[in-house]
Amino acid sequence: MTTAAETPSDRSVLPITERYALLGWLRRNLFSDLFNSLLTLVALVFIFTIARILLRWAFVTAEWGVIPANFNLIMRGQYPAAEAWRLWLVIYLLGAVAGVTWRLISGQFSGAARVLIAIPFVLMLIPFFSMGTRLNLFITAVASAAGYYIEGYLPIQRRGRAAVYFILAYLVIMLLLLRGVGAEEGPMPPVSPILWGGLLLSLLLAFFGITLSFPLGVALALGRQSKLPAIRVMSVIYIEFIRGVPLISLLFMGQVMLQLFLPDGFPLVDRVLRALVAITLFSAAYTAENVRGGLQSIPRGQYEAAQALGLSAYQSTINIILPQALRAVIPVLVGQFISLFKDTTLVALVGIFDLLGIARTILANPDWLGTQQEVYAIIAVLFWIFSYSMSYASRRLERRLGVGVR
Amino acid sequence: MQSIHASQVRPPFYRDERVLGVFSQVLVVVIVLGLGLFFFSNMISGLREKHSVAISFSFLGQAAGFDIGESLIEYSRERTYARAFLVGLLNTFQVAFWGIVFATLLGVVIGVMRLSTNFLINRIAAVYIELFRNIPLLVLLIFWAQAVFLKLPRVAEAIVLPGPIFLSNRGVAIPWGLPTESWGTYLVVLGTGIVLGAIVAYVLREQGKRTGRMPLVTLWFVVTVSAVGLVGWVVLPQPLTLDQPALEGFNTQGGKILSQQFMALLSGLIIYTAAFIAEVVRAGIQSVSKGQREAATALGLTPAQTLRLVIFPQALRVIIPPLTSQYLNLTKNSSLAIAIGYPDLFAVAGNTILNQTGREIEMFTMIMGTYLSLSLLTSLLMNAYNRRIRLVER
Repeated sequence: MTTAAETPSDRSVLPITERYALLGWLRRNLFSDLFNSLLTLVALVFIFTIARILLRWAFVTAEWGVIPANFNLIMRGQYPAAEAWRLWLVIYLLGAVAGVTWRLISGQFSGAARVLIAIPFVLMLIPFFSMGTRLNLFITAVASAAGYYIEGYLPIQRRGRAAVYFILAYLVIMLLLLRGVGAEEGPMPPVSPILWGGLLLSLLLAFFGITLSFPLGVALALGRQSKLPAIRVMSVIYIEFIRGVPLISLLFMGQVMLQLFLPDGFPLVDRVLRALVAITLFSAAYTAENVRGGLQSIPRGQYEAAQALGLSAYQSTINIILPQALRAVIPVLVGQFISLFKDTTLVALVGIFDLLGIARTILANPDWLGTQQEVYAIIAVLFWIFSYSMSYASRRLERRLGVGVR
Repeated sequence: MQSIHASQVRPPFYRDERVLGVFSQVLVVVIVLGLGLFFFSNMISGLREKHSVAISFSFLGQAAGFDIGESLIEYSRERTYARAFLVGLLNTFQVAFWGIVFATLLGVVIGVMRLSTNFLINRIAAVYIELFRNIPLLVLLIFWAQAVFLKLPRVAEAIVLPGPIFLSNRGVAIPWGLPTESWGTYLVVLGTGIVLGAIVAYVLREQGKRTGRMPLVTLWFVVTVSAVGLVGWVVLPQPLTLDQPALEGFNTQGGKILSQQFMALLSGLIIYTAAFIAEVVRAGIQSVSKGQREAATALGLTPAQTLRLVIFPQALRVIIPPLTSQYLNLTKNSSLAIAIGYPDLFAVAGNTILNQTGREIEMFTMIMGTYLSLSLLTSLLMNAYNRRIRLVER
């Protein structure tokens, strides 16, 4: 059936809102009836007011000088400037790892790869960066591209394993580079973790918090579903206890009370590690509850089928139950990881200079009195960028894995 | 020759599931108990060196010797540590209560806006949610405290909002009711009104069950209570007088002054939690399938009835459990008050009292015990509620 709308010459017979796509869209979405039109007007006024205030603040009132002046502090805290090359090396390698992983996930050259390689170039546009910083960013982009192509040359069935080895090797090298090895005067003198700070420390705390709390959380979830009463009861007590108290109390406990529990003369682990332990133990309880949700969503038939095939309890858990359960709870888990990342700010309250802690130090400096709005705004923006990209990536991953579809 | 079925052969003990089960449990229990005992004995011997008695709560009876910025009950530095703890607890309750009320209101509004067919309204809600869910609460709180409330003008140049409400760097002064002599009598009248309202609601509900036409029970309850309240207000000689704040020299006089710290904590908590509540509300409303609305329309229910009798009860079933956990989060998050100097439970007990007395074990037991009982109480109520509203499946 042909209608008038399909032949362009006859479009003039249509009502004006159908003749022009934009008008039709406006009519449907903004002015469908009187009430909606009023709402639209109110919303427009609201948006203009907010935008005016924000723009005026950002371009007229705000004094942004504080950010370039303290940029290194915000990025890496008290990490010695002479050792900054180690951090750049860590970032190059991170670029390479990201390239490898992207290739593994996306399969062929896609928009995602372009975005990955574009990130360093976008960062180069930041006006106050020195040429050295821009060069370093360029090398990072090259490293990403290299990682991407190297992974591409591998036969497809070996890619997964290669990526895993690569990531594990990266973790070891990263820790060695950050921590340093050898004598004080050597080429890589040790840098105590208490000197790590700023964005570097926030990201490290979040990364290790996530990687360490995840297996512990899965173990606790399995323990809570276990048929063995002693294990089940202990898992339940742990989970409910941790979930019932605020993280800040655990962090304080780690700093104040840990030495009480250890025998005299026991070498005390440093502040940062103690905070990491508290964050990990805290997050594991929440991860456990999320994973339990996934375990409960697996129909009984799956367990029974695994048993009928002669799989042992261990085999059926690892190969049948967990993969399905974890896939079902990806969005919740990512949400949990984002909240862990945000919760790392709490370490600023126990004397560790993460991003927020560093912000407070900068503001305590008499040179930068009264710049609270600028500094905290930048900190908030940095946290927002990382959290939002995590949640965006999780939505993509969800779609790829077909959660809720298959 | 008689064949032996596989099930009749006992596997060797190291592959017997029952033996393995018992063994692994014993192993775990021994490890956990051993570690616990190790920590405990270290702790006791360490504490022996520090205090005369390892664990004792008797210090709670001593004079606290420090001031607390704000308190709902009468408190001074001569009062005991126990009293100071109570002050902190009540401050936590206060901020949690108002936080929950306002975060729910804002969250529901934004959640409904998120479902609006109006593109702009929908986008504003989406931006709000994505913005505040991805910023750490602590950054938000410190931002409010240091970059907003601290930057307000001095009292003499306070921003005056209609009411009058004075915004200054000393805090927010709002008009407040002052009870007169007849306030007590008025409370009795109001209590009677509530009892009367409950009776009316009960009678209406019974009648509704009998006739099959359920009247608007809640509405009638509210009408009854407010009618009695109104009559009491008119008959009694002014149970409350309105105390309005006014500028007087370098300070505001009268009204109620909400401290800068309280306002910063409250606004941070409200804005942050509302973003999460909005998502909960949106998910709840979307969870009611389209068929339900269509079926209700097909049965001849009006749009209002559809909302009240079909959509809302079903959405609520999905909304209430995560909503409670948001409330609990808000309460636990209020412990971040320590960062901006509001004397809540954790700031008073975990910081001030602990630093003065050095009683780590006792204070942490009390703090964690309090938070833990709050959350266990909530989950008990939640489970009971869930059991009541659970859909009975075939």
